[in-house]
Amino acid sequence: MRGMSVVLRRELGAYFGTPVAYVFLMIFLVLTGAVTWYLGNFYEMNQADLRPFFAYHPVLYLALIPALSMRMWAEERRSGTVESLFTLPITMGGAVVGKFLAAWIFIGVALLLTTTNWISVAFLGEPDHGIILAGYLGSFLMAGAYLAVGSLVSALTKNQVIAFVLSLVACLTLFLVGQAGVLEFFGLFLPENIVDWFSSLSLYTHFIAISKGVLDPRDLIFFVSLIALLLYANAVAIDYTKAR
Amino acid sequence: MIEIQHLSKRFGRLQAVDDLSLTVLPGEVLGFLGPNGAGKSTTMKMVTGFLRPDKGSIVVQGHDMAKDPIAAKACIGYLPEGAPLYPDMTPQTLLRFAARARSIPAEKQAGAIDRAIGLLELEGVRHQRIETLSKGFKRRVGLAQAILHDPKVLILDEPTDGLDPNQKDQVRELIRSMSADKVIVLSTHILEEVEAVCTRAAIISEGQLRFNGKPSELRENSRYAGAVELRFEGQAPADSFLTLSNLPGVERVEALEESDYHQGWRLFPKAGTPILHAVSDHVRSHGWQVRDMHVDRGRLDDVFREITRSGMAPSPRPSQPQPAQALAQEEV
Ligand SMILES: Nc1ncnc2c1ncn2[C@@H]1O[C@H](COP(=O)(O)OP(=O)(O)OP(=O)(O)O)[C@@H](O)[C@H]1O
Ligand SMILES: [Mg+2]
Repeated sequence: MRGMSVVLRRELGAYFGTPVAYVFLMIFLVLTGAVTWYLGNFYEMNQADLRPFFAYHPVLYLALIPALSMRMWAEERRSGTVESLFTLPITMGGAVVGKFLAAWIFIGVALLLTTTNWISVAFLGEPDHGIILAGYLGSFLMAGAYLAVGSLVSALTKNQVIAFVLSLVACLTLFLVGQAGVLEFFGLFLPENIVDWFSSLSLYTHFIAISKGVLDPRDLIFFVSLIALLLYANAVAIDYTKAR
Repeated sequence: MIEIQHLSKRFGRLQAVDDLSLTVLPGEVLGFLGPNGAGKSTTMKMVTGFLRPDKGSIVVQGHDMAKDPIAAKACIGYLPEGAPLYPDMTPQTLLRFAARARSIPAEKQAGAIDRAIGLLELEGVRHQRIETLSKGFKRRVGLAQAILHDPKVLILDEPTDGLDPNQKDQVRELIRSMSADKVIVLSTHILEEVEAVCTRAAIISEGQLRFNGKPSELRENSRYAGAVELRFEGQAPADSFLTLSNLPGVERVEALEESDYHQGWRLFPKAGTPILHAVSDHVRSHGWQVRDMHVDRGRLDDVFREITRSGMAPSPRPSQPQPAQALAQEEV
């Protein structure tokens, strides 16, 4: 993991050193605010919690995270800086994890900025703070999984647009396999245990489980091991594609 | 010290580097020459640990690049071809990043950065975004990054490309001044640069080592080396061609330029015989008016052509990927 913190710092500097980052944060805040207060029928629900806020995160992330991750490796390879990077005395793992963590921290900052919603509901009623915290955890893990997918895809192409589209499709697939409708559809012609297996692979199933506030270690292990697996694939992919 | 043994690298059907062996010692400045596509950059990418060789071994300062890449890379300063740099950083932040990645102790980082910025005269653009710098300045930022940690081994891929004549001189001076205790390998297309800064020249063509020796030996290999060029005031005297041809030691005489109005001759000596004295005595005894007479030291471009042409493929077969096409194919 040599070089991880150095790469992490550089990437964070790159995120916060450009206006694009602030535009991204703005869009994130506006969209999360909009879906919570309007789409989520917040006022009519007469209920002081953030369920509608979190419910839309997986969908928002579908567009926002590929937009963030498309640059990660594609740009590095297109401009040739990948050569400078990997001739420094740092390891592949350090570079991959450093880049991933920087992007994840950036999402974390975006999520932190949404805690104004939390404060609002705390004023309006008496929300279950434990559930809200679990919601944030689930959302953050979900973002990490999408990000790991996006980072892997970005290692496979030099073209950012292609990276964006492929990441979106990949994340959408991981999201959809857990939706009730999709599972029913597969249930029409696939045995039940395979459908269950699909469902257990779905990000959405685990996200919902965590955001209910019941912390099952299996859900955490699912996200962590999925991210680790994707990052490992990312390192293998970059090692293969870096010189091409 | 760099020890390269039986290095090979293939891209699809193209043998980019073909069984290349080379050793470079401290104090040496090796000039890496070869036509476009000869495999210079590919070799450098393998030596710096960016590309994995198909075959062969690379040992840098005693560290095997395949077995201990971190230790080997730590000894190397590298300027990649075209000096790719992060466009949104400034020279200052880029060098800071490199200093951290090279594990330079925190208290020494500022000093190392100032030194590199001073040596490459980057003070004026220290805080300017790299994407807004001119090509020559970008190259110098790349060089600053390469020398930042005062590495024992420097690999520079076309370091003076894109620099103005003053800067070219300055960079050559910098390379010379650093060379005493370092191993330096640089690639270039400027043959005179090899004579100016290099203690040794290696010419590769089609991935194979074709010449490895002193730059002066390179010149001596030229068919012009030792030839005497004789230029008369006005037209050459009528009997000059015949009488000069008959001088002992003179192998052959040819006209300096292709025209009917001959102004001078080039006299090729028989192998290893200096003929300047014989020629000047002859000229004096005939009382010819001579404008210029000198011994040709040999021509680098001529030798370069000879060495690299000998194995040149007649014309590229369609099955071979052409560089232009390879560039056009954006893969997914
Ligand atoms: N990633 C790659 N994929 C396919 N072919 C490659 C790749 N990199 C280099 N080549 C090919 O390998 C050969 C050697 O290229 P290299 O860049 O080493 O040449 P060079 O000697 O540095 O040339 P130049 O003087 O133009 O810089 C070329 O024919 C090039 O097209
Ligand atoms: Mg090259």
